[in-house]
Order: sequence, then C-alpha cells, then structure tokens
Amino acid sequence: METKEMRAVYCDTLIELAQADDRIMVVEADLMRASGTMAFKQRFPDRAVDVGVAEANLVGVSAGLSAAGKIPFAATFGCFASRRVFDQFFISANYARLNVKLVGTDPGISAAFNGGTHMPFEDIGLMRMIPGLTIIEPSDPVSLKALVKACAEHQGCTYMRLHRKAVPALYEEGESFTLGKGKVLGDGSDVTIIALGAIMVGEAIKARELLKQKGLDAAVIDMHTVKPLDEELVLSYAKKTGCIVTAENHQTAGGLGSAVANFLSQNYPTPMAMVGIHDEFGQVGTQSWLAEHYRLTAEEITRKALTLVQGTRRNA
Amino acid sequence: MLTSQQLRTLSDFAKEIRKKTLYTIGNLGVGHIGGALSIADLLALLYGKVMHIDPANPTWEDRDLLVLSKGHAGPALYATLALKGFFPLSELDTLNQGGTNLPSHCDRTKTVGIDMTTGSLGQGLSAACGLAYAGKIDKKDRYVYAVIGDGESQEGQNWEAAFFAAHYKLANLIAFTDNNKMQIDGMTDDIMSLGDIEMKWKSFGWFTQRVDGHDLAAMDGAIQKAQEQSDKPSMIILDTIKGKGASFCENKVTNHNMNFDLQTAKAAIAELG
Repeated sequence: METKEMRAVYCDTLIELAQADDRIMVVEADLMRASGTMAFKQRFPDRAVDVGVAEANLVGVSAGLSAAGKIPFAATFGCFASRRVFDQFFISANYARLNVKLVGTDPGISAAFNGGTHMPFEDIGLMRMIPGLTIIEPSDPVSLKALVKACAEHQGCTYMRLHRKAVPALYEEGESFTLGKGKVLGDGSDVTIIALGAIMVGEAIKARELLKQKGLDAAVIDMHTVKPLDEELVLSYAKKTGCIVTAENHQTAGGLGSAVANFLSQNYPTPMAMVGIHDEFGQVGTQSWLAEHYRLTAEEITRKALTLVQGTRRNA
Repeated sequence: MLTSQQLRTLSDFAKEIRKKTLYTIGNLGVGHIGGALSIADLLALLYGKVMHIDPANPTWEDRDLLVLSKGHAGPALYATLALKGFFPLSELDTLNQGGTNLPSHCDRTKTVGIDMTTGSLGQGLSAACGLAYAGKIDKKDRYVYAVIGDGESQEGQNWEAAFFAAHYKLANLIAFTDNNKMQIDGMTDDIMSLGDIEMKWKSFGWFTQRVDGHDLAAMDGAIQKAQEQSDKPSMIILDTIKGKGASFCENKVTNHNMNFDLQTAKAAIAELG
C-alpha cells in the first residue's frame, strides 16, 4: 500500500525531470507548501518561481517562461487555476500556443475544510472549452508520476487536477500510461464504470465488487485523460456492455459524464447514468462527509449501475 | 546621444510607420488608429536603433524581445516589421482579412517578428516578466521591452507583474506606458484617473522616468539610462498624443477604434510629407 502523499510524488517527479532537463521549472502563487514543491525550490532555487498571491501573474509569467523555451509547471488550488485565471490561461497560454503545464490542486471534495470558495466542481468543464488543451486527473501515485512525465513531454498546454493527499496505489510501480488512453482496471460484460481521479476510481473498483455480489459483471475504466477522450475505448465498452456509468468528483455538466455522453450520443447512443455533482456549490466538511453528502460513493455508483442495467434490460 | 543623422533616419522611419499604418487601416476602413499612431515614434526608435534583432533570422535566440501588451496597436507594429523586412510590405494589405497573418491584435503564432500574443489587456507585462526572468537565469545578454497603455494600466494584473519584476530585480525588463491620456470611453482622467502614474511605479520599486513620447532623442536617452540599471526594472512614462501626426484624428477622443476611408488616409499621408 502506497502511503506517500500525492504532492510528494508530484514534487519528486518534477525534481527527477528537472535533473535531466533544465527547461523544467516550478511556478507557484504562495502555495508552494500546499503543492509540496518546497523541495524543488531547495534543489533548484532559480527554477522555482513564487509570484506571491497573484494567480493572474502566475499564469502570465508561466506563459512568458514558456515563450522563452522553459517548461513551467504552474500550480495553485484548482478553483483559482480555473475560475480565477480562465482568460489568462486561455489567451496568454493556450491561444498563444505556448507550453504551460497548469496544475489545479484540491479537486472537488478534497478541498474539504477550505469549503465552497475553494472547491472546484467546474474546472474540468471550463478547461474542456479550451481548444486543444489536454486535461488529466491521475488516480494514484503511480499514474501521477507517469502522467506528470507525459505532460512534460507533451508539446502544448496541459491542465492536471492534483489530489494532494495520500491515496492507495492502484497500479504496479512502472505501469505505463499514455495521454488520451484510458486504463481498463477490470473487465466486465454487464455495465461499464468510467471513473476519474483519486477518489472516484477507487470507489468504482469498490462498486465493481458490490455489483459482483448482486450478480453483475462490471468493467472499470480509469479515464485519466478527460481530453482528448479515449473515444475508441468508450465505444468498444459501450458496444460490449450496452450501458455506462460515469463517476467523477466534479459537476457532471461539463465534466467526464458530459464528455462521454457528448461522444456517445453522436456515435453510438448508449444508456448512461452519471455519478458526480449535480448543479450544486461546494461547502465545508470532512472529505468523507462530503462524499456521503454529494453521493460520491461506491454505493451510489452501485445503485445507479443497478438501476441502469435493469432499465436497459426492461427496454431491450 | 543620437547623432543628427540618426535622428533624421529615425524620424523618417517613424513617418513611414505612420504612413503605412494609416494606409493599412484606411484601406480596411476601420481600426485602432489612435493608439497605433501614439507609439509610432517609440517603435521607430526600438526597431530602428535600440533592439538587437535580425529580420533575416526573426527567431534568433539572443534577440531582444518586445511584448506589445496594448495589442490593439498591432497595425503600427506590423508596419514597423514590414518596413524592417520581416515580411513583405504587400502583406499589410491583408490586415484583418480572413486567414491573414496580421490580425487586429498581436499573435505570436501568426506574424513573423511578433514575440508575444496580446490583446486581452493587462496580460502582456506578466509575460514580459516571464521572458525577462528566463533571460536572467539563463544569463542572456538581452532586453525584454514591453508597452502598456495608460487605460490598460487600470487592469490589476499589471500591478501583480509590477511586484514581480521589482522583487526579482529584472533589470533586463524595460517597459513603457503609452500615456496618451485617452481611453475608449473618454479622457483617462474622467474615466479612471491614473493619478501620479510615475510615482505608482516608483513606489513598486521600479526605476522610472517620464519623457515626451514623440521626442526620439529624449526617449533614446531614457532607454540608455534604463539599461544602466543593475537591479531594477524600468518604467518609462511616455507622454504621447493619441492619433499623433494625422490631423483628422489627432487628439480626438473618438480615435480609439475609428472608421475612416482610404481617401482620408491618403490625405493624412500627404500631410505627413
């Protein structure tokens, strides 16, 4: 069981990358302690830039660094990385076709005690509207490490949701990941659960066990890249299982659920159910209380999957 | 100090920039003429003398850079770049036509010689900070120049960048405020007064100067002093006249984005001599 904090994995991976590539930089807006990149700063003082509490400048400076050939990893809370600096990221980084790696930490309910002001349920939705942007949310330390490296190698802007706290490893060390290619964590024939992120992929795996007890064989996909969506994989599992449940720590409107539905509705209309936030603001609470409150749980995935399979079979 | 020969050459260059800008926008029928003409002298000085650039090698790694944060003045910069040979003068006629390489607001991906995409006001100085920071840690002997508008100075992001450049002692960053005293809705003093704008930058830790933005020798002297700074970014406030050099629009508060035809442009060009 992996107990290392995700932010420590993030930082260690950046240090590893930076040793081999002097273009790698860290840019922060007074949240270096939160993002866990202090060790990077100690190691590479000139290549860790703190802009202070100034997120617009965080993105603007990163754009400038990128225009000078650097590969800046700019991090702040996901709410600020998306809502607060949408135009800066849109214009100065993406429209300018630069190479800024924006990281939004504390996605969704993981913002916990910081509450509604700091709880991004809409960052993926905003980011999906930016043409050509690659959007990812790793589910565990192994995928995080691999995907940070993939972001660094990718030519173009990326947005990564970073769950800061420790989560169990779902993959064997050294597992390979490709941007835009989902991972099948368990095969199945009755229903497919397409999940996203460090909370919901784990819940999807638990739901698979719960469904097994009910006699259903569920496939689970870790869709770590929301954009570009792995359409080939979605299509093959829509055909294989005939119905799909999406699970995300984000608004279903604009998020993974929307992305999958948008694709399937035009290519292979498939009955779907969506677990996620349904047009609500965030609020304070422990992560587990919030998970129960917003029904971001294995039980909810199971309930929706059962209802979906029953309805699909009735209509068949 | 500029020699009289240099002064004459630069003055002619500025005049040509104005003529090409007037023609280009007049040919189209509408455009941001006021704020383009107010920086024509600065552009002539930067591209005619100050900046280390190579039109034959526009992406030369060690070149000096310009971030025209008031991106709507793009047509003046396009005229400058075309006159310098970055691309053919004939391309100026394509301004704002579908598929053009010369959009209203500066785009680094489209136009040869444009160093940063700008136009969403307030963002350029931050990018200039990033460019200057990279130049500093890479120990590059080059300057990053940036131009912001006086109206644009009302955008808060400029002041985030102001903190940054002073904190990181970006002496390789030399910025200009095109203080033409007008913005879209009227006189800057009536819409949102800048107060003592030079003092504001000074208080943020910048080396500041204030000169006539149509006096080439004064601007050249100010840039030299700015280059002598070892630990401070520079802000040079340029007192300018919006629409300078074309009587049909000079100092008219309606000149921000103005309709005028080719005949008007030609008359203004003739006026410039």
